[in-house]
Amino acid sequence: MELQQKNPLKEFAPQLEQTSIQGYAWIIFLLAVIGLGVYAFLQQVFHGHEVTGMRDNVVWGVYIVNFIFFMGISYAGALISGTLHLFKTAWRKPVIRMAEFITVISLLIGPCFILLCIGRLDRLPYLVLFGRIQSPITWDVIAISTDIFGCFIFLYLAVLRDLATLRDYELLRLPNWRKKLYKTLALGYTGTPEQQQRLNRATDIMAAMVISIAIIVYSVLAWIFSVTLQPGWHSTIFGPYFVIAAVYSGSAVLILAMWVFRRVYHLEAYITKKHFVAVGVIMLVLAAFFGYFTFSDYLTKWYGSEKNDELLIQLLFKEFYWPFIISNYVGVLLPLLVVGIARFRTITNITLTAIVVVISLWLNRYIIVVPTLESPYLPIQDARPEWLNYSATWVEWSLTAAGVAVFCLLFTLASKFITIIPVSGIEGEEKKEDVLI
Amino acid sequence: MEEELNKNQKNSRRQFLKKGIIAGAGVAIGSGLIAAYVDATATETGEKVKVLTTDGEIMEVDKGLLKLPRVSREESHKGIPGRKFVMVIDLGKCKNARKCVEACQKGHHLPKSQEFMKVYLLQDSEKTSPYWFPKPCFHCDNPLCVSVCPVGATYKRSDGIVLIDNERCIGCKFCMTGCPYSTRVFAWKHYPEFDEDKEPYSPEAGSPGQEGTVSKCDFCPDLIRVGKIPYCASACPMGVIYFGDVDEDTVTNGTETFQFSKLISDRAGYRYLETLGTRPCVYYLPPVDRQFEVERGFGDLDPAIKERYKDTPYSKKNKQ
Repeated sequence: MELQQKNPLKEFAPQLEQTSIQGYAWIIFLLAVIGLGVYAFLQQVFHGHEVTGMRDNVVWGVYIVNFIFFMGISYAGALISGTLHLFKTAWRKPVIRMAEFITVISLLIGPCFILLCIGRLDRLPYLVLFGRIQSPITWDVIAISTDIFGCFIFLYLAVLRDLATLRDYELLRLPNWRKKLYKTLALGYTGTPEQQQRLNRATDIMAAMVISIAIIVYSVLAWIFSVTLQPGWHSTIFGPYFVIAAVYSGSAVLILAMWVFRRVYHLEAYITKKHFVAVGVIMLVLAAFFGYFTFSDYLTKWYGSEKNDELLIQLLFKEFYWPFIISNYVGVLLPLLVVGIARFRTITNITLTAIVVVISLWLNRYIIVVPTLESPYLPIQDARPEWLNYSATWVEWSLTAAGVAVFCLLFTLASKFITIIPVSGIEGEEKKEDVLI
Repeated sequence: MEEELNKNQKNSRRQFLKKGIIAGAGVAIGSGLIAAYVDATATETGEKVKVLTTDGEIMEVDKGLLKLPRVSREESHKGIPGRKFVMVIDLGKCKNARKCVEACQKGHHLPKSQEFMKVYLLQDSEKTSPYWFPKPCFHCDNPLCVSVCPVGATYKRSDGIVLIDNERCIGCKFCMTGCPYSTRVFAWKHYPEFDEDKEPYSPEAGSPGQEGTVSKCDFCPDLIRVGKIPYCASACPMGVIYFGDVDEDTVTNGTETFQFSKLISDRAGYRYLETLGTRPCVYYLPPVDRQFEVERGFGDLDPAIKERYKDTPYSKKNKQ
């Protein structure tokens, strides 16, 4: 009964109950993009990896870039939601669920991209059957599966109260199976003091867990590159650098999600400029860190100018000039200016900056992966242009688009299943006005 | 007519028995695998050759009956006992004839786009001399490719050879980024050349290739087992490539044989990119006392191959 009174569900219920025509059109559009991706995937299965732009020198391309990108967003979601939860940040309520969704959804998509890179998908079970602990890929398999497991539990604990609220809200106009599902998933939670205490403890533990798992997983991912001897990859800074880049990209994606849901579900009263500025400041701090790590990494390579590092830097400033400038200059400086200077700090500006940051971080991964593979120790001597320079084919781009579409689709469906803003007090002890700030 | 047929049958029966005895002898000396060396459909020539069994025993087999052994996948993990193979490449003699590449591709049933042996045109710095650089797999003693493989599809054997099991490889390509020498190749599709090989797959033969997996130079352990040197070494018209055993301290290119340690010390042999710490088993003799001008390497090259070297400092300088 207590829950029911506090319940702001009345206002959020239409979100779950109805889907507008635009909403359906959006879902159909996403399904079409995913369909194209499926077609591209079948091409790759039946005609071999030759349909991609990858060749013997650049053996990893856009797929790995997407893998790092989605995993990055995911870990960022975990770090941000975990940290906001642990520090009991007052303004977190309207945005924390989005961060949790980002974590889990991108965590489901990321590993799919590494699977696209694998020549023999039929032998995937070998990773477990014949796994060798010496290989960083095995570390990754262990770390990512732990992460998926941990993040799912964290998300579940975070939505449990809302599931109970949805179960108890009689006015909800939803098909019976949905109501039954809420009932089953709510696990008999009624909000007794004992249940609340247990749930709070579990959530605290899981928040701390997902933060540490996220750091470990993203470092392991970075080590896949830095344990090799390749110029540009063989760097001790890669672990922390990747972690920072990940959280940075995640903060930007969170801003984009806030902007989209604010508009689509008319949440202007709940997600205010205050929230954009708050997440914007997180983004600013991370931008500074990211810029520092990037600078530190390239400075040492450039100053010492070992032959192969020099060749790599030449390549970056020649063939990869624009991606390099966008990701390492624009992507670092723009948030510092836009969020740093009070005058520019508007919702639109912060959102536009977030778009630039997301793009620049994707490019950042691209110029980490591709140029190194294009400048190995032994110069590439080949007459075939596709062997010399990597350029992704329509198959890779379609699957990339499909990945983004799956992300949007799952996010849309998730917001149809459970309110995008938590409707029940997370701490239980909070006052009514706190819930909706 | 009928008589002739009978005679043939008798002959073949006699031959079969003979082959059986050879195979049986193999079992008797402790290796059932010797049977794998004998081709029951071939005819005898009377010339005997010595072969090395997987147990390190030497065995005489008729040359005509001989086929290259295809040991099982399990057996291929072990390596030939008591051996440690090494290759020496004399850069002073290479003129980019590319016979090594062709023989290797033929022997391993590879398409033109897959080269286990590659020939580079290198020039260490502006003022130093350009030279042709044949590059097989270095079969490193500290192989990063082996460390990073998540499923143990690539492994280092007791005889120093690094092999790939294409039945195990999942095609993640981590070994390709792990190798600092760009040695490994990937089967981006099913190449028709793979079908030329009708024999069952063996990692030692490195054939038939499989789509979606990684392969590379294997030092031809199937040839070593029958006492031959790898395809590249025997095909080279200049005798650039020497193959041998560190413990026996001998290397040969088929016509000349040298004491390995003396050759390396007399001719200042070195290993490529020693600083990387991979400890290769391939040594190079510096390109001194050249037998050919570098230009000779462009001699009668396929235009597509010639095209490869157009961006090298040497070619660019020549153009000017």
